Amino acid sequence: MTAREKTMRVVIQIFLILASITMLVPFIWMILTAFKTVTESTQINPFVIFPTQWITENFTEVIDNMNFILLYKNTLLMIFFRVVCAVLTATLAGYALGRLNFKGRGLCFSLVLFQMMVPAQIFIIPQYLMISSINMTNTIFALVFPGLVTAFGTFLLRQAYMGLPRDLEEAARLDGCNIGQTFLFIMAPLTRSAMVALGIFTAVFAFKDLMWPMIINTDKNMLVLSSALAKMQGQYTANYPQLMAASLISCLPMIVIYLIFQKQFIEGIATSGGKL
Amino acid sequence: MAGKKQKVKGTARARSENIWGWLFVLPTMIGLIVLNIYPIINTIKQSFFKTGDFGRGDIFVGVDNYVKVLSNSETWDALLATFKYAIIEVPFSIAISLVLAVLLNRKMRGRSAYRTIFFLPMVCAPAAVAMVWRWLFNSEFGLLNHILGAKIQWVSNPKIAIYAIAVIGVWSIIGYNMVLFISGLQEVPHDYYEAASIDGATGVRQFFSITIPLISPTIFFVCVTRIIGALQVFDLIFMVMDTGNPALQKTQSLVYLFYQSSFVERNMGYGSTIVVFLLVIIMIITVFQMIAQKKWVYYS
Repeated sequence: MTAREKTMRVVIQIFLILASITMLVPFIWMILTAFKTVTESTQINPFVIFPTQWITENFTEVIDNMNFILLYKNTLLMIFFRVVCAVLTATLAGYALGRLNFKGRGLCFSLVLFQMMVPAQIFIIPQYLMISSINMTNTIFALVFPGLVTAFGTFLLRQAYMGLPRDLEEAARLDGCNIGQTFLFIMAPLTRSAMVALGIFTAVFAFKDLMWPMIINTDKNMLVLSSALAKMQGQYTANYPQLMAASLISCLPMIVIYLIFQKQFIEGIATSGGKL
Repeated sequence: MAGKKQKVKGTARARSENIWGWLFVLPTMIGLIVLNIYPIINTIKQSFFKTGDFGRGDIFVGVDNYVKVLSNSETWDALLATFKYAIIEVPFSIAISLVLAVLLNRKMRGRSAYRTIFFLPMVCAPAAVAMVWRWLFNSEFGLLNHILGAKIQWVSNPKIAIYAIAVIGVWSIIGYNMVLFISGLQEVPHDYYEAASIDGATGVRQFFSITIPLISPTIFFVCVTRIIGALQVFDLIFMVMDTGNPALQKTQSLVYLFYQSSFVERNMGYGSTIVVFLLVIIMIITVFQMIAQKKWVYYS
């Protein structure tokens, strides 16, 4: 390695470290503020960076006020059912569209592509009216409703099936498997990584969704984390330490899961995002 | 005899593929029709109606809603704000994440740690992210003004609020674009760079002459999807801007306006019209990009 290359490497490292710190500042500031008193957080002369005393009252107070156990439960149920529905229906439809010749396949596939090209807000009013006409607002079902099927996931799984070799099906057929058995025992297990990618993608986007949960579930017992944060902001505008504590509690579970499974997260998002 | 049997078997196979195919695709198709196809038609239909209570007793008003939407200055302000947001978010997030992807696309110390950090905002709820940034932007007690030693009204000055929000958007999306670019870069053969090095091309030169053309399909893909995403911005604006914020009029996006008229003012006909307007805008821009790609995207 020449001296020039060596200095180049050092410069790149310094640049990346500075960039990382910049990216982390909002997180660090959220954590520091969450442990301060209101007085300390709004003190400017001198400006306080680290809390003089790390207090936990902000956390205990928002947990008491917002019933986080319930919010976690609702959010988790919404994510769970959306992931199960998405993976299940997309695996079936993806196999049919990628591997089977049936009448009307072209039309079905155009429907999938069409849905993916349209902005999602165009569905919201009729979806809302459907749910309210059957009196199902403020339920877990209402939260899951727009995610019962997924055009994007169907497309993703179709691509995964199309990448598998033809011989596998032939061999299974010669062994006497019908199409259902071939799918279940031979083909579906081979697309496990696409299913995991879709599952992660669905979970992250369900967790981040704000507009749908906010309009469909307004009862305070049926909120999810994001809609509860939106509601809370309206109520405690000035109490930033509490708002930061609530944000931290809302984001922490997903961050921890992400840090444990970061490889799957990043690859899942990269493969599904890139295939879109 | 054998040939005939083959043929019978062939049609039996075709029949069975037909049945299984429909069986497998049916749940998704029913779902798409109920959740997406019917709603599109219904939204377009509603845009020609004045809304009664809860969608009942709607009155047909022809193109009245369109006239109102197009003649309301609020709509054009919202369109302008949406464009301003996209014009900051898309190019900056793409440029920054492309540079980061190139720097990280090699064996180096801390590679996966950097990747983890840059991607982190992606797994946080925008509702929480927006609250944190709002606090950073706070004009009196915010960290940003303290560092700059200024008293800038980041989110209540109508001239700059939308750009401040776009900064949050850039910060949130960098990691996502970066990961897509890294996977695009991994497809670029290493020999190209070696050949370029032997010819004496510098790193910057290699970046513009090899990297950019070879991953232009990925750049194009990210560009199209990010523009579509940016034109639908809502969460950040909704969370950062209070209803009493003096900058709201110049900062609300089209989707914000859609939410406000459909679910706060409960005028779903008007809301439907706004969202159809958005659909048309997105379609025009996407078609335009499809045409423009021929000029700069390089498919090997």
